[in-house]
Amino acid sequence: MKKLESSLMNMVIVLTGVTVIAGALLGYVNELTKGPIAEANAKALSDAIALVVPGFDNNPAEAPETIELNGATYKIYKATKGGEFIGAAVESSANGFGGALNVLVGFDKDGNIIDYSLLSHAETPGLGSKAADWFKKGQKGDITGKNPGKGALVVSKDGGDVDAITASTITSRAFLNAVNNAYAAYSGQNVDGMSGATEQASATTETKTADCGNEPNSAACGTCDLHKKN
Amino acid sequence: MNNFKILMNGIVKENPTFVLLLGMCPTLGTTSSAINGMGMGLATMAVLVCSNIVISCIKNIVPDMVRIPSFIVVIASLVTILQMVMQAFVPGLYATLGLFIPLIVVNCLILGRAEAFAAKNGPVASMFDGIGMGLGFTIALTVLGGVREFLGTGKLFDIAILPEEYGMLLFVLAPGAFIALGFLIAIVNKLRNA
Repeated sequence: MKKLESSLMNMVIVLTGVTVIAGALLGYVNELTKGPIAEANAKALSDAIALVVPGFDNNPAEAPETIELNGATYKIYKATKGGEFIGAAVESSANGFGGALNVLVGFDKDGNIIDYSLLSHAETPGLGSKAADWFKKGQKGDITGKNPGKGALVVSKDGGDVDAITASTITSRAFLNAVNNAYAAYSGQNVDGMSGATEQASATTETKTADCGNEPNSAACGTCDLHKKN
Repeated sequence: MNNFKILMNGIVKENPTFVLLLGMCPTLGTTSSAINGMGMGLATMAVLVCSNIVISCIKNIVPDMVRIPSFIVVIASLVTILQMVMQAFVPGLYATLGLFIPLIVVNCLILGRAEAFAAKNGPVASMFDGIGMGLGFTIALTVLGGVREFLGTGKLFDIAILPEEYGMLLFVLAPGAFIALGFLIAIVNKLRNA
């Protein structure tokens, strides 16, 4: 077959044809995959809830309670066992280093953190993305069992007692912010809601200037300008 | 050129990353670990094979002056379909690779092969070119990812080889990508000329 000539008519017909076929195909595949995608997302959510508040016998994903606090919305999935309230999974988000950071945090009925799950994030792979495991039980930044009601969770760099992810302090701050806000929504108390990760970061730049004399990446450093990363 | 030669041409002689230097943006951006590099490489290969076949089939009915917009529409549609299908049927894999998939549209390797090969050859040869180039890209990205992951964190494919304290964080960040890529290209060139 000979190649079509580049006449105006041919070009218009071919371009229109190509886009119409592509559009139709995309619509068809979208229709085909819409159901399975929604199913996969629902399953991911219920799996995450089962992970962060284990031992319930109702279906928490069914009827989430939506709470608005300082302009942000939080979804609370209540878990009950035998009709008795045992805890809740709270969906919360904050601005991380690369964009929104969505976390699902599980609290028992006293407000202690049971576990958490990172639902979605856009942190740097290999650095901030470590937040998926860093704050779990037995890891360096373990937050399980802590109660944000007895004092907000803060990274050690800002005077708190949670170890930040190496070289990802902004992600760590955003993550802890999300957890603190989740607790605030959970307990219904009103705290300063929005993520202050970037704000705090600039404050740190102003106050800390000296070189600490430590090796980069050592646990002791993390505050001085020379070794500050992210 | 027989099909086996076309295949090896993509992997060794005209390796897209080390020799043709095509698709540098995803190469530098996604290779912070070996597994990320491999995932990006395989996803690109899937799109490249499909786009090469489709484009070599339609090459005669697309007038020259509108071939680039037509090819881009084909490539973007294929990428979107791949993304939706992965999201629906392999959500686990999508969670790891999902971030990279939209990047494939702007990978000039795919348009480059469409222009340089698929628009001049038959569908079967184009498929082999897609597989060869895709494999070459995958191997290059995996090697680069492996080098960066090992130097940066002391791990390889998430398996700890050295304690993490010995890792040079620089190699996980963007500058490390440039440095590692530069050295790899130098080594490959030396080996090719030898």
